[in-house]
Amino acid sequence: MSQLRRPDECGVPEATQFMHPVLKKNYGQWAYHDRPRPGVLRHVSNSGEQVFTVKAGTQRQMDVYTIRNLCDIADQFCDGYIRFTIRSAVEFMTPDEAKVQPLIDALEKAGYPVGGTGNSVGFISHTQGWLHCDIPGTDASGVVKSLMDELSEEFRNEEMPNRVKITTSCCQINCGGQGDIAINIQHTKPPVINHDLVAGVCERPAVIARCPVAAIRPALVNGKPTLEVDEKKCVCCGACYPPCPPMQINDPQNSKIAIWVGGKHSSTRSKPMFHKLVAAGIPNNAPRWPEAAEIVKSILGAYKKDARAWERMGEWIERIGWPRFFELTGLPFTKYHVDSWRGGRSNLNQSAHLHF
Amino acid sequence: MSKKMPETPLLDQLESGPWPSFVTGLKRLATDEGKPYADYMKSLLGQLEKSYVTRKGYWKGGTVGVFGYGAGVIPRFSEVADQFPESSEFHTLRIMPAPGFFYDTKTLRQMCDIWAEHGSGLIALHGQSGDIMLQGARTDQVQPAWDKINEMGFDMGGAGAGVRTAASCIGPARCEQACYDTLKAHRVIINDFTDDIHRPSLPYKMKFKFSGCANDCANATQRADVAILGTWRDDMVVNQEEVKAKVKHLGRKEFINQVIRMCPTQALALNDDDTLDVDNKSCVRCMHCINVCTKALKPGKDRGICILVGGKRTLKIGDLFGSVVIPFMKLENDEDYEKLVELAHNILDFFAENALEHERTGEMIERIGLVNFLEGLGLDLDVNMIAQPRTNSYIRTDGWDDEVRKWNDRKTAAAE
Repeated sequence: MSQLRRPDECGVPEATQFMHPVLKKNYGQWAYHDRPRPGVLRHVSNSGEQVFTVKAGTQRQMDVYTIRNLCDIADQFCDGYIRFTIRSAVEFMTPDEAKVQPLIDALEKAGYPVGGTGNSVGFISHTQGWLHCDIPGTDASGVVKSLMDELSEEFRNEEMPNRVKITTSCCQINCGGQGDIAINIQHTKPPVINHDLVAGVCERPAVIARCPVAAIRPALVNGKPTLEVDEKKCVCCGACYPPCPPMQINDPQNSKIAIWVGGKHSSTRSKPMFHKLVAAGIPNNAPRWPEAAEIVKSILGAYKKDARAWERMGEWIERIGWPRFFELTGLPFTKYHVDSWRGGRSNLNQSAHLHF
Repeated sequence: MSKKMPETPLLDQLESGPWPSFVTGLKRLATDEGKPYADYMKSLLGQLEKSYVTRKGYWKGGTVGVFGYGAGVIPRFSEVADQFPESSEFHTLRIMPAPGFFYDTKTLRQMCDIWAEHGSGLIALHGQSGDIMLQGARTDQVQPAWDKINEMGFDMGGAGAGVRTAASCIGPARCEQACYDTLKAHRVIINDFTDDIHRPSLPYKMKFKFSGCANDCANATQRADVAILGTWRDDMVVNQEEVKAKVKHLGRKEFINQVIRMCPTQALALNDDDTLDVDNKSCVRCMHCINVCTKALKPGKDRGICILVGGKRTLKIGDLFGSVVIPFMKLENDEDYEKLVELAHNILDFFAENALEHERTGEMIERIGLVNFLEGLGLDLDVNMIAQPRTNSYIRTDGWDDEVRKWNDRKTAAAE
């Protein structure tokens, strides 16, 4: 074996070395921006210099050929500079307006849709899924691909009342975060425990500690130390599964899709909002997840038609009231919509404000 | 001898449609004959197709690392290695990028070459926390790959019970609304915590995120234990000529609908001459009017940061948002940055000493109460820390007069 190399703990690299010179030059000196067309930002600095940014969608999990292809485009149009966004879209920047349209043409030709700016449906924020994670109930990448195929025109245009942030997570830990619409796995059955393996592979105290409802306790089964679940209390969150794979929570039939709406991170206009459950029990129907897509599109359609300019989805529902939301989307309202968690009383209607 | 491509009828369905397909990318790697990853990826495709059929994942964890670091590699072993032996190991390296996710093509090409040599050729740009994720390496290739990446000047990101990779919005590099230098703050803080990133020893994970304004383009409020948002204290900057132009462009009615009525505190009024009045005392710096009128309105000139603590996702007690701990703090000179780093260290130290195992910062505050958290850190009370005073009467108030005296003393001291 070779001599091991001691690492250089250099931390985060300096950003300006990778910035286009026009960005470096006008760092902190930008005056205003606008969007000449969907997918394109134009920033003007105090000195009057401008930079055009073209944003395009990607697969997020890209092969080296895809990355090199994007690099070729960046070399050709943007002096070799490129960046990615929080949502994993790719951004190309050039101060030369004449290059904007050719850049757009090149990206579209290479299969990367240009858009995602302004009041559009942004690139869906998603996680590892079946490709890599050890606890996924579904495949986030597949859900994203299927859904973005349906929503690509909304990505290309800016016709929504406000920005739409959609996320997908492959388990109930929800690494994908919340959003205007979140498409997440929702287990419906407690884990099935393979008692023979627990003692060998599980850190049992850690597993017990992770359970949000204290449904797990130590037990002896067949003489072996193991864990058992009080299925009555279990909320099927799957938190026990990562540290203890023998507690199998995933099931082809009983692990379903749930849809949440109205999540909002920004403090713009209204305060940040948690997302709310609006639909559950949706089949985990790979590879195109059509049932989930249909519900997402219906929610988006109602929002697009009914919301006012600059209203986020959560703000829209707050204004029109939840009765109207269910009416407009045609979604059923069930007992599972009523919050029973500690502190959930604040989610009950503590007023005579009624909608008819 | 080359391996035969597996049949993937379900995955094949994900190659149609206008959006770019990750399946197409996987197949490109799998059919790249002669490359060390070709068979590797054929095998991976086979396992992935199996997951699509059975709707179950087949990866499991383990222990894989690089020399000197206790975190940064996500180990993955296949539970169906017998059926897909070439991809029995599929580890991911998490690498921290430059703040703002900036690259030049030379750097990206070099990264691709390394991962094509030592890995699967699959790279995720970026993970939700902000890492470059080099996905799919065998155990024996993890160290060589890491060595080359490190030599490029990149360091490994976080995993486990330590400080995690941070994220920041593009900030002043291009955004005129940034109220502080998000990229610099990101780098200054994280590079002071490399030990906590690489050798986790906290009760649980801790995340920092940096957004230049209340738009929170880095999702800091909900996702970060320590969310740093830009804001301002003085009056908004108004260009009345541009306001009039905006009114003319939108039409008066639509301007009122989109700007005046949308102000959450009714701080805006449109005059008969189409000039805009701003009641800056009522303004909560929400950025909405500035977003609509990018030419006409700008954040004020007295700029700085506010800090919210305690954001997290669902696990255990459900989702939490961060809450205000520092209403305003200047962040301009080096001394300001030192104060910020010191504060970050104080928060981490308090968390390390007081949090229960597997308890996030927000959960801890929920348990011990905000007041105790503030006292533990030596931070002063401020009305901006609450949305409204308490509604529950179960509280002992026998020390009220003392607290009143403290408040008055602090007010007097601030006035001097």
